[in-house]
Amino acid sequence: MGSQPRLVEVRKNVLKQNDLVARALRERFRAAGVFVVSLVSSPGSGKTMFLEKTLTQLRENYRVAALVGDLATENDAIRLARSGVPVKQITTGTLCHLEAAMVQNALEGWNLNELDFLFIENVGNLVCPSSYDLGEKLRLVLISVTEGEDKPLKYPSIFNSADVAVVSKIDLASAVEFDWPQAEGNIQAVRPGMRVFMVSSKTGQGLQEYMDFLAERLVEQREETAV
Amino acid sequence: MHELSIAISIVELAEEEAQRRGAQINAVHLKLGALSGVVKEALLFSYEMACEETPLKGSRLLIEEIPVVVFCPSCQAQRSISSIQLFCCAECGTPTSEIVQGKEIEVSALEIEEWAHNPV
Repeated sequence: MGSQPRLVEVRKNVLKQNDLVARALRERFRAAGVFVVSLVSSPGSGKTMFLEKTLTQLRENYRVAALVGDLATENDAIRLARSGVPVKQITTGTLCHLEAAMVQNALEGWNLNELDFLFIENVGNLVCPSSYDLGEKLRLVLISVTEGEDKPLKYPSIFNSADVAVVSKIDLASAVEFDWPQAEGNIQAVRPGMRVFMVSSKTGQGLQEYMDFLAERLVEQREETAV
Repeated sequence: MHELSIAISIVELAEEEAQRRGAQINAVHLKLGALSGVVKEALLFSYEMACEETPLKGSRLLIEEIPVVVFCPSCQAQRSISSIQLFCCAECGTPTSEIVQGKEIEVSALEIEEWAHNPV
């Protein structure tokens, strides 16, 4: 009995499972009135310190919590816990990125209705996280001045999966001869119209503008939900 | 390096289809967007590993690379971009980040071999 090789159309999204979980999460966040921000960057760009400052400052006026992804250690969670807000670690083992199901699992036991902001710190990596939707409302990509101006050109996918960019460690800008116009030009080349914040977690420069932006976006989201 | 987990998902998806259709799979056709965040070579390499000890062992992964297409607000049409580092309409140069195509990781088709149960 012979076999008949033929081509059949399938058209199935490989990451459909992740996208479905992410969509359900996004709906849950919206319904609970919590504004969810995820952070992606390369390792060592100052993501954790930036988040620590964000949490410390926001908690004065808002109910805030954070999930933090890390390959092996709990160091970041311990650092973030210093801000005094609820922090949960997601240890990914050898996995180089967070997936929506990990976020879903980590949220177990938390009442989202009691939160205004939830931050999700992804594993330090500018490649893999770009493929995975986590259900966040805002994705923030962070680059530090010490990494050079051409990061956006090297990682256009992650910049295109993000909504805003943060340039960190600007207190070091002159020491490393950081060329701001060039960096801004590169960001706008790969993601036209992207909002960019320049901050120094160390001196606090630029942080207020970013906090104000988050506060505005929270109000916006709640107005949208109320309609 | 998340290509291995992507490859495993592809194999699982294909296996499911194979079972459903009662067929053997010779090749998997995949559409891979330029902005998918997946490296073609790494995926091909991972695919072979992911197929080990599955009915898909020995099957081929055929990747079709999908370029970025944006909507140009000036042309009011879908256009290609100057380059992956320059999101401007390739025709008129207007910057745009309205992506229409280029993020896909999609199994588009399967080359299968069905055993003819009911020969005519």
